[in-house]
Amino acid sequence: MVKNVMDWVEDRTGAVSGVKHLLYEEIPGSSGWHQVLGSVAMFCFLVQFVTGILLALNYAPTPPDAHASLRFILTELTGGRLIRGLHHWGASMMIVVVCLHMIQVFLWGSYKKPREATWMLGVVLLLLTLGFGLTGYLLPWDNRAYWGTVVTTQITAKAPLAGPYILRLMGSDNGQIGVQTFARFYGAHVLLLPPLMMLLIGLHVFLVRRHGVAPAPVETAPAKKFYPGQVFKDTLAIFIMFSILFALATLARVPLGKIADPTDSTYIPRPEWYFLFLFQILKFFEGPLEIIGSMVLPGVAVGLLFATPFLDRGAAVKLRQRTFAIGIVFLAAIGWGGLTVAAMRSTPYKEPWQNFTAEEVAAVGAFRQAKCWQCHGVIPGDHKAGPNLADITIHEERDALVAHFKISAPDSGLRDLQLRQLATFMRKLDDESVGAIASAPGPVVGGAMLYMKSNCGICHSINGAGGKTGTPLNGVAKRRNRAWMEGHFIDPQKYSPKTIMPRYAFDAAGMASMLAYMETLKD
Amino acid sequence: MMGAITAALGIPALGYLLVPAREKKQQKWIEAVALTDLRQDTPEQVVFQRVHRDGWKLVTENAVAWVVKTGEKEVIAFSPLCTHLGCAVSWHPSDQTFVCPCHTSSFSPDGKVISGPAPRSLDRFDVRVDGIKVMLGEVKQSAEG
Repeated sequence: MVKNVMDWVEDRTGAVSGVKHLLYEEIPGSSGWHQVLGSVAMFCFLVQFVTGILLALNYAPTPPDAHASLRFILTELTGGRLIRGLHHWGASMMIVVVCLHMIQVFLWGSYKKPREATWMLGVVLLLLTLGFGLTGYLLPWDNRAYWGTVVTTQITAKAPLAGPYILRLMGSDNGQIGVQTFARFYGAHVLLLPPLMMLLIGLHVFLVRRHGVAPAPVETAPAKKFYPGQVFKDTLAIFIMFSILFALATLARVPLGKIADPTDSTYIPRPEWYFLFLFQILKFFEGPLEIIGSMVLPGVAVGLLFATPFLDRGAAVKLRQRTFAIGIVFLAAIGWGGLTVAAMRSTPYKEPWQNFTAEEVAAVGAFRQAKCWQCHGVIPGDHKAGPNLADITIHEERDALVAHFKISAPDSGLRDLQLRQLATFMRKLDDESVGAIASAPGPVVGGAMLYMKSNCGICHSINGAGGKTGTPLNGVAKRRNRAWMEGHFIDPQKYSPKTIMPRYAFDAAGMASMLAYMETLKD
Repeated sequence: MMGAITAALGIPALGYLLVPAREKKQQKWIEAVALTDLRQDTPEQVVFQRVHRDGWKLVTENAVAWVVKTGEKEVIAFSPLCTHLGCAVSWHPSDQTFVCPCHTSSFSPDGKVISGPAPRSLDRFDVRVDGIKVMLGEVKQSAEG
């Protein structure tokens, strides 16, 4: 029966012999583990393809809904976190695997005649992979996405002659990015790049087949078949890669930040890690030399990659004798690693609560005072009786939340104003700020509650919120030390003779926490 | 004939992708801040509302300017976008400079480049002082250097 069906399929389509032809292709006896990376890269693409389609089925591709729909995917759809995690980490994974694949081919010298075109197509595929990363980066439409893309568009805008046209092509109008840029990036990411990628992967694989898998310089073992030995090795490598990817997607949560805000000057843009080295290079070239960092060096690097098979035309030699190639890979790795580490180290890190207003930090205090944490976790995976706030979006109206607080924590000792502020804060929580409920230091939170209770915000401002009569408090801790600040609370006129600030004689504990809070306001 | 078909598709496609959308002039002057809220020679971050046309959408959005009162009726308003790659600069009172967080370009209180890769001074808004109202117009690109 099965045989009859197979015979029918073979007769009408040739599929059976086609598959056999693919599986029983002869490969050199030296083939082995070092050649699994191409298959792994292709599988990475497949994972991106499937998870990308799944995301698109629940995603509204226009700002500002893009952000809201992604938040919906993450917090309200089953498996949403996982699928987004796979797609996010899959992108990084694909870059890593594609680069490893390229390094392997480079080290073994497999680009040599007659495989030059296969190599050059591979370089194009690398660029397409980076193109996916670049266009996909904007799609979550949070601050990271927005500001990262501002920098990208500005870099390309500096291209000689073509700059303004490239900028127009990316839908950007005099440096601003908006709905048009978004539409173009989304269109490229889901409509333009995928078919192009599939076509070129097909050609790449066709060329690999046409010329056969690259043999060792001296083949000692007899040729073997692709199936089953190499197929097993490829499958196992794919399985290992996917296990790592799956672990990343479940264990390393990718936060969706605050919705893109073009006026948020506190946000420090950083590109995705694989572009960090380029970002760092830009620091070394000033003024008219800038073009060297942004265009010439990357251009030369890509040009050299394309030209590799023509620069190195010597006969194939053993890996051990390819000292020059090994040296190049080694130097490139050191250069890339050094630049990336330098960029990471120069990234100032701010705890999310350091961007909070005093009202928000004080709300963290209210959360703790009312012991909300007895029922609600705020760290992913912290299971308690009530919903984990890191996993949900709070839709309840403010007054409904206040009523919930009063019923659940009747003895919190919080005033109605504090409960309303807590409710407002709860409704604003996002992936990045929710962790602050657990991480903000106790004394700082206490200081912020005292700050609110003493109505300091009527005259002073913190992180842009508050009155303008008094000095903004951000930066005070950079200019003054703790003793000065303490003295200034107790007797303001002694330190600033003309000030109208009244005296604040906090008790010892209150003063300690107030100063702890003030000391975090360095900039 | 193939050439004609290519041209008939290609030329409109290029125009479609490259030519800016036809746009109505946006509102010209916006009241951003009162003169009395500014302190002499101290840059103030001013957030004001403007109606901005973003593609097919008309959005009322917050915009930012760093506004400095330089004389009795004289005001300068800088765009917050670094002239290097468009990150938002902020004022650091302790060393009296505008600093960009991306590639550490810094600018003097009058917008000139002190250090870093920025190619030109901070861009300025057109400014009109109307009584005590500080009105901001369009951003004008600063000269090179």
